[in-house]
Amino acid sequence: MGLMRGWHMRLEPIANPSLARSTLPPVLAIAATVIVASLLAMLAGADPFAVLGLILKGAAGSKFAVLETLNRATPLIFTGLAVAVAFRARLWNIGAEAQLYAGALMTVVLGTGALPWSATALLPTLVLVSMLAGAAVLLVPALLKVRFGVDEVVTTLLFNFIFLLFISLLLEGPLKDPMGMGWPKSERLIAEARLPRIVEGLRLHWGFALALISAALVWVIQRRTTLGYEMRAVGLNREAARFAGIPVNAVLIKTALLSGGLAALAGFSEVAGVKGSLTLDLSPGFGYTGIIVAMLALLNPLGVIAAALFVAGIFVGADSMSRAVGVPTYLADIMLATALLLMVLAILLTRFRVVRE
Amino acid sequence: MDILDILLSASFWAAAIRIASPLIFATLGELICERAGVLNLGIEGIMVAGAFAGWMAVYSGLGLWPGVAVAMVVGMGFGAVHSLLTVPFGLSQHVVGLGVTLLATSSTYYAYRLALPEVTSPPKITAFQPWEIPLLSDIPLIGPAFFSQTPLTYLAFLLVGVVSLVLYRTPLGLALRAAGENPAAVAAQGLSVTGLRMGAVIVGSGLMAMGGAFLTMSAFDSFFFEMVNGRGWICIALVVFGAWKPGKALLGAVLFAAFDALQIRVQQTPLGADIPYQIFLMTPYVLSILALIVMSRRAEVPAALMVAFNKGER
Amino acid sequence: MTGADTAQVVLRLDRITKRFGALTANDAVSLSLHRGEVVALLGENGAGKTTLMNILFGQYTADEGQVMVMGRALPPGNPRAALEAGVGMVHQHFTLADNLTVLENVTLGTEPLWRWRSDRAAARDKIAKLSADFHLAVDPDARVGSLTVGERQRVEILKALYREARILILDEPTAVLTPQETDDLFATLREAVAKGLSIVFISHKLHEVMDIAHRVVILRHGKVVAEMDTANTDRHALAAAMVGSDVSAPRVAPGTAGAPLLQLHAVTTADRGSAPGLKSLNLALRAGQITGLAGVSGNGQAALADLIAGLGAPASGRLDLGGAEMAQWSPRAAVEHGIARIPEDRHKTGTIADFSLTENAILESYHKPPMSRAGWMSWPRAEAETQAIIKGYDIRCPGPDTRIRLLSGGNMQKLILGRVLEANPRIILANQPVRGLDIGAVNYVHEQLLKARDRGAAVLLISEDLDEIMALSDVIHVMSEGRLSPEFARGTMTPAELGVWMAGHGFDAGLAHAS
Repeated sequence: MGLMRGWHMRLEPIANPSLARSTLPPVLAIAATVIVASLLAMLAGADPFAVLGLILKGAAGSKFAVLETLNRATPLIFTGLAVAVAFRARLWNIGAEAQLYAGALMTVVLGTGALPWSATALLPTLVLVSMLAGAAVLLVPALLKVRFGVDEVVTTLLFNFIFLLFISLLLEGPLKDPMGMGWPKSERLIAEARLPRIVEGLRLHWGFALALISAALVWVIQRRTTLGYEMRAVGLNREAARFAGIPVNAVLIKTALLSGGLAALAGFSEVAGVKGSLTLDLSPGFGYTGIIVAMLALLNPLGVIAAALFVAGIFVGADSMSRAVGVPTYLADIMLATALLLMVLAILLTRFRVVRE
Repeated sequence: MDILDILLSASFWAAAIRIASPLIFATLGELICERAGVLNLGIEGIMVAGAFAGWMAVYSGLGLWPGVAVAMVVGMGFGAVHSLLTVPFGLSQHVVGLGVTLLATSSTYYAYRLALPEVTSPPKITAFQPWEIPLLSDIPLIGPAFFSQTPLTYLAFLLVGVVSLVLYRTPLGLALRAAGENPAAVAAQGLSVTGLRMGAVIVGSGLMAMGGAFLTMSAFDSFFFEMVNGRGWICIALVVFGAWKPGKALLGAVLFAAFDALQIRVQQTPLGADIPYQIFLMTPYVLSILALIVMSRRAEVPAALMVAFNKGER
Repeated sequence: MTGADTAQVVLRLDRITKRFGALTANDAVSLSLHRGEVVALLGENGAGKTTLMNILFGQYTADEGQVMVMGRALPPGNPRAALEAGVGMVHQHFTLADNLTVLENVTLGTEPLWRWRSDRAAARDKIAKLSADFHLAVDPDARVGSLTVGERQRVEILKALYREARILILDEPTAVLTPQETDDLFATLREAVAKGLSIVFISHKLHEVMDIAHRVVILRHGKVVAEMDTANTDRHALAAAMVGSDVSAPRVAPGTAGAPLLQLHAVTTADRGSAPGLKSLNLALRAGQITGLAGVSGNGQAALADLIAGLGAPASGRLDLGGAEMAQWSPRAAVEHGIARIPEDRHKTGTIADFSLTENAILESYHKPPMSRAGWMSWPRAEAETQAIIKGYDIRCPGPDTRIRLLSGGNMQKLILGRVLEANPRIILANQPVRGLDIGAVNYVHEQLLKARDRGAAVLLISEDLDEIMALSDVIHVMSEGRLSPEFARGTMTPAELGVWMAGHGFDAGLAHAS
């Protein structure tokens, strides 16, 4: 019966939060995440300070580490933006993974010799076609939502599985590299389809710059255009938006197209900037991680850059730490999941206080 | 082999029931959560955690049933995290659910690496063995199909009845359904919506974990990464397909599993050999989406699903 | 009531104080209720009635003071305690689950949760007996979602009686009833009092209070300002005590009717669940006139409001604006054709809580110059416009960047008024425009509507408050089950006569009359 009594707590909005109220909870959330990571490191028999130090060093301790982090952040900025744009309009796109592969697919379909153009003509084409493909992939769940009211969370999730199988089918069939020795792998991109490095000699490709530009453009769209205004209105209160005359369904479709397009750029940038060909392990879950990036960024497109760097840093740092002391790299995923859950709670606590009754 | 032959063979139905079993556990778990008003997207990760926990417990020397209990407790732990964030704090059920899935999955993989740092292929346990029900298992066709399953399968079917009974025949079930329809009505009677919803999510998560445990302790005898492979998401579709009713959800799970078993068998026919295997592997996911589309116009969804309730919030 | 002084005190609220931040919602409020007595708790919206009842019912914890039921103090903050002590509450917004049956709703929470079986047969018998004793006819196996509003209220009362409540608290129980249903309710309540129950009747309707209560406790700004026996007072004195000064009903000069600006010809729309659609409706809104739409809520007003607001289109029939048929009909089309829309629910449909005042002010105009050009927002222009509305409509707020959720209901409504009236609309749809507002804001909204009418706008006023309709309207229609009564000119009908129409009588004759 005690359970059924319940505890008497309620949330009371705070009209004018103090500085401490608005900064302390997020700081505590990060601190708690670090503590969780330390405990898990101890569980693995490692010195937690050493582990945290190694993660930090591996993420930003050298020029190589920083470049590695920036490279890893690039696809996460794209998928983070894709999720941020969609979630802002309360379109639950959990399918960035599939859209990413759609972009990668079009990149290898057109970039392996089908279009024998110069880089200046080919690369913009690949960007555009990739985005269209990603947009098309999200268009289906969006239409199902708008037309039939089918919840997009489940459909986009299921599409990830379907689309990956579709890629697998292509890689073992029409797209298979004859020189691949039986491995399911596409042919390599022609040189004109590869993204060059931003500075010669530094391992950082133009995909990173494209990601930064995309984030800025998304920010401009959200803050300065009617479409952005509509997206935010639709996300905050669909009923009021519809009443005011905002074409809610059209806005959701446009949001889906933009979101899918952005996620697809992650695939384009990974293939054209890093891998040079398409395999089934192109993305170690960049699409899903984009959700964490977007949430940590509070769905702010510029915040996505910082969040993606943070998340990428943890991944890169954990990889290098794992090589050094043998603590499993999954520590990074646990840290991110913990950070995500505690951060959404912390954000709530910056705006509400818990009152015990 | 003709499709009709397949449909009339006992081994086909035995496989379908086996495939359906983990889905039944997890679908029931999700159904309980949603009936109380909480969408639990932690399902996928909780199934992974349950699969590992049960198997690991047995591998470490526990008995099979204690292993199932361990899986359940682990699932309930993740359910507690989920419900604490989504119920009293009313945080986004989408975000928290996905976060719990990530947390459960990564914790599981971390634990696996810590527990078995050196192995290249995961060790096997002695899983649940088929348990032939006296007399019933002698019935031709039906006996080998339905009554020569492992005890966990029988438990899954039994639980469908128990959950139905609790939901529709007991005061607790009424309170639970009311919490998913109109939490204010529950609060007005002095019952704790928070308590009911948290309890539902915790118990439901326990069932999801049992669904995962079925995979490692009954369907297979070992733990692999990716072994849940979207089954959790499929169960969410099955809850919708079953119109939030345990009996219909069971029917949906069996129907779905029958399709799955059929595609495995068709793959082995000459006709199937010409079709890329990926097409067959896609069918469960495609079917789930189709089921969602077909059921989309129905209005049985609990009225307060995904609506946070905090009695004092003004 | 003679003898009440000597009768047993069943409920005593002793110097209850409750503060929300700077606001003192209840300030040392005391109240006592005797066995077999009806006490009315009278006060305007925001006077603190609901807070007080929430404290009694354990929803809130009082900062000071205590609640005694049958001589025993209730533990604070425990809803169960009030129930177990025999207090039953019928909330203004019913707390029923639509998808459950009457039986399920009534028995919810009455049995210990951890039992293997609900005793339905016993429950059914008990409900049947209560229904007969208190004239509360309702089918125990009906889905609550399929019941009328009056029936749902009966279920709520049944719920309280089923729990053997000795004290009934009714929060604005007549707001959703026709005058005839109100009479039925009062018959039930008198029956209950005769059987020894005690009742707290919360209301702001003076004539009902005079009708049913023995004693009246008047709250203003969280304080008890007066307490009187109904036998020794009259409506005028109650009203004066309630609002704090002597009031007389506002005198509204009649408008001068012009050409019809909006006409519906035999418009039919589909039913939506239990809410009826429009049934072959004919209606003309004329320039310079306020058309009042009376009726019990849920009788098609929502369908009519949605139609005029552009959210719905006729399934058959015609919607004409200025004599031309509207083919493409949408919210945006409605706005472009000069319809100002004040929605029923300003929190859910009228505004976006987390948008700033500026962002809310341009919700209907953002897509065209001067607010935007070729898809680019012009925020300085939008902010200037908002500043003008804030000034022109006297909105109290820190500035145009303030999130609108921080504003009071009255200020929120003023922003909506500013948004829709700035463009000098020809037609105004005002759906429950003063619900939940304090008296100052109510008067302000009414003045604005009258000003627009005098400017030549056609106003449709939809309200559940018959007093409001009768005070403001030049002509009145009554709506029942999606049908519309003939037009009644100002002053030609008494409330009781309108009540007959509200209860659904006279429509067939009316149709015959119209044709």
